[in-house]
Amino acid sequence: MIALLRRDLALAVRAGGGFGLGLAFFLIVIVLVPLGVGPDATLLGAIAPGMLWVAALLAALLSLDRIFALDFEDGSLPLLATSPLPLEGVALAKGVAHWITTGLPLTIAAPALGFLLNLQPSAYVWLFASLALGTPALSMIGTFGAALTVGLRRGGLLMSLLVLPLYLPTLIFGAEAVRRGAEGLPAATPLLMLAGITLGAFALLPVAASAALRVNLR
Amino acid sequence: MDLEVRDLTVARGGAPVLSGVSFVVPQGQALVLRGPNGIGKTTLLRSLAGLQPALSGSVSFGAETSAYASHADGIKAQLTVVENLVFWADIYGATVPDTVYDAFDLRDLQARFAGTLSAGQKRRLGLARLGVIGRKVLFLDEPTVSLDGFSVKLFAKWLRGSHLAQGGIAVIATHIDLGLDAPELELTPFKSAPDATGGADEAFL
Repeated sequence: MIALLRRDLALAVRAGGGFGLGLAFFLIVIVLVPLGVGPDATLLGAIAPGMLWVAALLAALLSLDRIFALDFEDGSLPLLATSPLPLEGVALAKGVAHWITTGLPLTIAAPALGFLLNLQPSAYVWLFASLALGTPALSMIGTFGAALTVGLRRGGLLMSLLVLPLYLPTLIFGAEAVRRGAEGLPAATPLLMLAGITLGAFALLPVAASAALRVNLR
Repeated sequence: MDLEVRDLTVARGGAPVLSGVSFVVPQGQALVLRGPNGIGKTTLLRSLAGLQPALSGSVSFGAETSAYASHADGIKAQLTVVENLVFWADIYGATVPDTVYDAFDLRDLQARFAGTLSAGQKRRLGLARLGVIGRKVLFLDEPTVSLDGFSVKLFAKWLRGSHLAQGGIAVIATHIDLGLDAPELELTPFKSAPDATGGADEAFL
């Protein structure tokens, strides 16, 4: 599993690996929002939590279809499926690799970009915490969606439609935590819900993803 | 442990393609599968490797001893030859034996990115994976595609000298003569009748 994780990370940072794709998308959206909405600082501050979370979610969605598609195309996936590594482990390693290449950079970059949206100073710590807790769930749910649609040509659209409803609880609780943080309210409850979603996703979805892979590899 | 296949029926797309396939491959032996395109060689190998369930019948060999090699090599273009092999060795909890580079004529290509290799060189790298992972029972689907005569001999020599000689087993689907001196199994007699189980779908396929 560690070997697969290491390989995926090495592939991501090499030419054409797509590392930074999500981060660049996130950056572009957040830079464009103030230009589109206008320079009203109060308005920007009010929409900042939601915009940051929506942009992070879409950035994570952007690179999902690569999770299994590349391995399927070059034939690695059947070879991995017949290797001693359980498919559940393959799915887990893929989800973790996706988070390290997408969710983690987003989490680190988000506070700097919150500044562009006039995010309340009290909300920065909550923004960081909510993304750190919530983006792993986005990666793992996305891995499940990618496993469901692997082998389909142009499966990206179908996968987005499958995955988006599953992303909603993460988005709602994540943005809520930041909003409460910005308004100085206690934000522990949405954060705990977020942590629960992430833990649940990592407990259940590797099994579901491996079942989907087994069917799709037949 | 020998490879024993009894009365196996395999399906592709829900329709049985081969039925009643039975054979035994003792240790140190290879079996060459023959038959025209579409007869079900790949389907049979995928079923043996456990990638798809067989409709009926049984397959037995030692647990956790098999490996599968398909038409595609599973090589990452952005990794070097060595990195590709080390990855598969790690997955199988093995180390890359230095002899494998000579056995598959990859010594001069070690530091090259796999994306820059020719089709035949990629194929040799894909086959070298088999020498790295140390599995006893190999299911090989057209292992010699895009190999030149010299590389085919190289592969046959590795298979005979390093794999079979150490008690390994290989089931190989191929259209060319590997010079292995192995028994051949013609699959045409096992072809499923069109109205066998699942035949109701036949009109829609």
